[in-house]
Amino acid sequence: MIRFIYADTLDTYPRLRDTMFRDRARQFKERLNWQVTVDADGLERDEYDAINPLYIVAEDARGAHSGSMRVLPTTGPTMINDHFLHLTDGVAIQSPFIWECTRFCLSPEADSKVAGALMLAGAEFGCASGLSHSVGVFDARMILVYRRLGWVPEVLGSEGQGRAAISVGLWSMDDDLRERLSARTGISREISTHWYERAFGPALAA
Amino acid sequence: MTMYQRLEDFLEDLQAARSLDDVQAHLFGLRDFLDTEHLVYHCLDASGNKYGAMTYDAPWIRRYIEEDYARIDPVVKGTYQRFHPVDWKQLDWSGKIQRDFLGEALETGVGNQGVSVPIRGPNGQFALFSVNSSDTDEAWATYRQENLKTLILAAHFINQRALELESDDAPPGKPLSPREADALTLLANGMSRSHASEKLGISEHTLRVYIESARAKMGAANATHAVARAMVRGLIVV
Repeated sequence: MIRFIYADTLDTYPRLRDTMFRDRARQFKERLNWQVTVDADGLERDEYDAINPLYIVAEDARGAHSGSMRVLPTTGPTMINDHFLHLTDGVAIQSPFIWECTRFCLSPEADSKVAGALMLAGAEFGCASGLSHSVGVFDARMILVYRRLGWVPEVLGSEGQGRAAISVGLWSMDDDLRERLSARTGISREISTHWYERAFGPALAA
Repeated sequence: MTMYQRLEDFLEDLQAARSLDDVQAHLFGLRDFLDTEHLVYHCLDASGNKYGAMTYDAPWIRRYIEEDYARIDPVVKGTYQRFHPVDWKQLDWSGKIQRDFLGEALETGVGNQGVSVPIRGPNGQFALFSVNSSDTDEAWATYRQENLKTLILAAHFINQRALELESDDAPPGKPLSPREADALTLLANGMSRSHASEKLGISEHTLRVYIESARAKMGAANATHAVARAMVRGLIVV
């Protein structure tokens, strides 16, 4: 099940919340060795989790996290503009039509469909919100996943080598994106529309 | 009152506004341009209302402030510190207090349809821009579909100007990064996007995003308007 949850209501789903931050610690600290902060309970959080981002979360049958990403508007504080200007040619990307998507995370136990489902959910959310693009920092190896799903980011800049390599990417949202993702993932648009409507009601724009 | 033919015309008036009262006065022209009944811009802080500009009738505005309705208004409650645009019908009007509030609003000429665009600005600033109408559900669905992007643009323009006016010493507009200035300069020279991106050694896609980012910082309606504004402010030398 895909959920759209603002941070200020995350406590409604304690198991989902804790397993999400734990999986983030496993992915970004243990596997990728990024400079992230993990607390005594093994949860990874940063300053952007404190400013009410929206999480798009895949929940498994037991109510635990199987994948997620974090969304913030670029008109407020964002990770790329605060920390990665050297990878965007010094351009602070700020537009009401471009949101930042970071901390794309998959549980080690996640089904192979989860990544695609999250991308499709992100596209539903972005299109319903009138967006033209999303930007984000990502683990360079994720490019293979994006390529398989047919939603390949434009890489604005990269740094680091091997496991530590990270890139700033730009994903564009056009009219047929959702159909393309739906075809690649085998998840029908009826289902992805349902995810959105369950959280927010009918979309303002199709 | 000006009846705007283009969004750019509203933006020029907005830029010329010297006070929040001026902003309020220009809202009526924007309302007619957007072909709707009412517009409301609300800048909120943690303690509730901070500043507003709206086309509602004076008695309703007075009543709203006197009763401190921001505390119970489902539009405020359902959008506060969020950022996706919301249709008012999706908000929670089920409580008796909320139903009474809605009833009173309708009596004073507020429409039953609305869309609100939450705005997240710098330093935890939060604002809300709403359009209001008494269209049928069907007409309203068409309206919001066709106008969503314009509403988002308008919301951010007004917020940007209101923030500038609130902080006296801030120069109008945000600075452009050198790369954004380069992009606008090449466009100002009549260069095509593909030629300009080649010149800058970036993809056309990336160039588009740099131009969009510059447009938003300039408070401009489109790329051409952004170029004009940057020239007027002396930010680019053609």
